[in-house]
Amino acid sequence: MREEKPLNIYGQTFESRLLIGSALYPSPQVMTDAISASQSQIVTVSLRRQNSVSAGEDFWQLIKDTGLTVLPNTAGCHSVKEAVTLAKMCREVFATDWIKLELIGDEYNLQPDPVALLEATELLLQDGFKVLPYCTDDLVLCQRLAALGCEVLMPWGAPIGTGKGLLNPYNLAMIRQRLPDITLIVDAGLGVPSHACQALEMGYDAVLLNSAIAGAGCPVKMATAFNYAVQAGRAAYIAQAMPEKDVAAPSTPTMGMPFWHQN
Amino acid sequence: MKITFNGQLTETSSQNLQALVIEMGAKEPFAVALNGHFVPRNQCSSAQLDDGDSVELLSPIQGG
Repeated sequence: MREEKPLNIYGQTFESRLLIGSALYPSPQVMTDAISASQSQIVTVSLRRQNSVSAGEDFWQLIKDTGLTVLPNTAGCHSVKEAVTLAKMCREVFATDWIKLELIGDEYNLQPDPVALLEATELLLQDGFKVLPYCTDDLVLCQRLAALGCEVLMPWGAPIGTGKGLLNPYNLAMIRQRLPDITLIVDAGLGVPSHACQALEMGYDAVLLNSAIAGAGCPVKMATAFNYAVQAGRAAYIAQAMPEKDVAAPSTPTMGMPFWHQN
Repeated sequence: MKITFNGQLTETSSQNLQALVIEMGAKEPFAVALNGHFVPRNQCSSAQLDDGDSVELLSPIQGG
């Protein structure tokens, strides 16, 4: 059996291994109910121009009322300069040095730009940020990000909002194997609770998702389901799965089998 | 002078970022960037505005 330890994000520990987004819910009430049902302790937020510059106040109050730890993102940024500027604005507004660094390289599948991501990560780490980079499932990229000083990495399961699950389990498993001391969170692309369970079974420390809950027929019920899935996956990882075999092996004892060799 | 405020061409008499924020009626919480560079709130008074400047005033919103 493996040793159980809480989720560790830059020295802060959490019991829940489900990070939840605050976007796309049908209403603010459903958002807060779903966040509550998920048992998440970390919620993602962002900054945007508002139609009315005071419109952010109500949303921010709702999030503050949840009492959860806030993880701001740089969603939608396409350049190092944009991402760094937005990260600094987030730090001031949300009073946290955590940043989910999202730097898009391709508009079609919203794939992170690995080169720009490295550059922005380095700049932000030097500026005192605790960077949680949203990255592809590329081992070498993850190694480079870790070498820069990232203690947490967030490789994608699949492109944002697709709900396809873990498209490349081999890559994700390799990252887990080669970076045993890094907190790894599968971010994006999950669709159903079994995807989250699979990530946790593989030894991933947590999952971050939004669309899979917010876009469900009943987001609150789905938030509950993801909470169970994450707990099941983690328990399975701690318990250690049986070795897979190619040949059948009976589970019921053959000793004392009646009618054995009668014919 | 004419500036671009949150993507919109805007006429303003404000001479610095702090005055502009007040002119626009901004309420907490928000953060400001001038020409793509973050300006901490305590430096907004000394951030002079020029014709053609671009200002972004951002507030919290849902995020994934």
